[in-house]
Amino acid sequence: MLNHSKTLLRVENLVKYYPIRGGVFMKEVASVKAVDKVSLTIQQGETLGLVGESGCGKSTLGKTILRLEEPTSGKVFFQDQGIHDLEPEAMRLLRKKMQIIFQDPFSSLNPRKSISQIIGEPLLVHGMKSRSQRENSVAEILETVGLGREHMRRYPHQFSGGQRQRIGIARAIALKPEFIVCDEAVSALDVSIQAQVINLLKDLQEQFNLTYLFISHDLPVVEYISDRVAVMYLGKIVEFAKSEELYKNPLHPYTNALLAASPIPDPNFQRKIQPLIGDVPSPINPPPGCRFHTRCPKRQDICSQEEPEFIEYDKGHFAACFFI
Amino acid sequence: MLEQLSQLWRNKTAVAGLIIIVIFILVAIFAPYISPHDPIETALYDQLKPPVWYEGGTTKNLLGTDDLGRDILSRLIYGARISLLVSVISVSLAFFFGTLIGAISGYKKGWIDNIVMRIMDIILSFPYILLAIVIVAYLGPNLKNAMIAIGITYIPRFARIVRGSVLEECEKDYVTAARAIGANEFRIIFIAILPNCLGPLIVQTTLNFASAILDAAALSFLGLGAQPPTPEWGAMIAQSRSLILRASWVMTLPGLAILFAVLGFNLLGDGLRDALDPRMRD
Repeated sequence: MLNHSKTLLRVENLVKYYPIRGGVFMKEVASVKAVDKVSLTIQQGETLGLVGESGCGKSTLGKTILRLEEPTSGKVFFQDQGIHDLEPEAMRLLRKKMQIIFQDPFSSLNPRKSISQIIGEPLLVHGMKSRSQRENSVAEILETVGLGREHMRRYPHQFSGGQRQRIGIARAIALKPEFIVCDEAVSALDVSIQAQVINLLKDLQEQFNLTYLFISHDLPVVEYISDRVAVMYLGKIVEFAKSEELYKNPLHPYTNALLAASPIPDPNFQRKIQPLIGDVPSPINPPPGCRFHTRCPKRQDICSQEEPEFIEYDKGHFAACFFI
Repeated sequence: MLEQLSQLWRNKTAVAGLIIIVIFILVAIFAPYISPHDPIETALYDQLKPPVWYEGGTTKNLLGTDDLGRDILSRLIYGARISLLVSVISVSLAFFFGTLIGAISGYKKGWIDNIVMRIMDIILSFPYILLAIVIVAYLGPNLKNAMIAIGITYIPRFARIVRGSVLEECEKDYVTAARAIGANEFRIIFIAILPNCLGPLIVQTTLNFASAILDAAALSFLGLGAQPPTPEWGAMIAQSRSLILRASWVMTLPGLAILFAVLGFNLLGDGLRDALDPRMRD
């Protein structure tokens, strides 16, 4: 779609464990391994889809990349600048370039603030002190996302879910960022509204040359919007490929199972692969070896003993499995 | 907010409380204009006159006089001023510091939260009137120190409520969004989060006005608050203790004044709680 040669964001061995404390002295007794050694790169101008079941660490990965959560270890480079050792003020300035759109359009907007305050706040904290200047910018941004100047004085509860999501998008693009994490940005919306919001995201991408990390559990949506897709399972990326390639030729058994589980609008269609049974194992005690082996149809002895490496099987198509 | 006000308006007891408070405040503000006599002026020939509805009562002293011949009605009217002042100042003190402590504690979490809230627990573990007595005894007995003492003992109540609300609000995405746009912590805590914690805070403030009036009266009764001849309700009761059998009105009337002021704030506080709690709707 666009020039994909330049790397915008590079994630290296990112780890995020949440400690579980217990006992009298609040010692760390265990940890939730939400993100475990994830590495990936995001090219300038592309949309990278990130899919996986609920609780597999997708959102945590997105938030840790933006340093909304401090990582346990690992590095993130934004335009070759390591962001996790930046001073607070430098980090604050960098936030102009990276933004986030949330899943829940109801909790993501402050109910006590008017729309003009919500969208104007990023401008204010980054130095646009003049009120009239800010109001003009807000009106302009509102028009960009398909709302109007007349909405400025209203409060979030006066809007529908789709409109609220547009307001959330307006806040994210207010600072003209280069990179936006869309954290399940359309999952809470009606299907018809989903389409509108996705198209809005695509239009904005072209207009402002944006790069997206598009987190979702909805495979068809990810296929539609993404250039490349990463599949995540229990804190690890198990497969990574160009969008068309991944959907046409999935290598990892988990990707296969996910694709099989996603509904197809054809009543006569017969499923070839059995959908997964059972639940995702607990991220507190992930299974040894390949994390997927407890639910994998291709499981062998080696799977519970060794961890498969993340190997490039085809050009730009990576997967972590012994039996491909 | 409008919806909640109309909810409050439909709650008859809350409206009754509001009316009592409004009268109380108006009396306090216009005390010099409506009181028939000087509240500390003694009249040796008018000692212990009964109220007008008793035999021997006169319209000159509608609610009678005390043992020094001072007009009780005037003293009660000026007493409203003092009670209002005490409650406003001590509750503001507790509100300010309690909110500050609770908000920072709830937002920062971790060891700061642990230490601060344990200190609050220690303060709460003392009977608060005892704690207030200790503070006043240390600072010296007068009305100003009584206000400070009451203010300090009320801090944990506010800190706890605010911390709880802040912890709850912190889970919401708009807080993460505020961090994502690079807002500083002051802005996130006090401009983004705190306005959303106002509901429980308003209720707590109203109810604490009632207890502040009561506690100020208690401290004054014990001789640790307002000093004679200040017309403070609690002090008035204390000074007329010995007269209860001879001239019961001298002690009863300030008691009733305290009762109505406290009742007013409590009724309004309960009404506000119902109006602001979404679970209580319809």
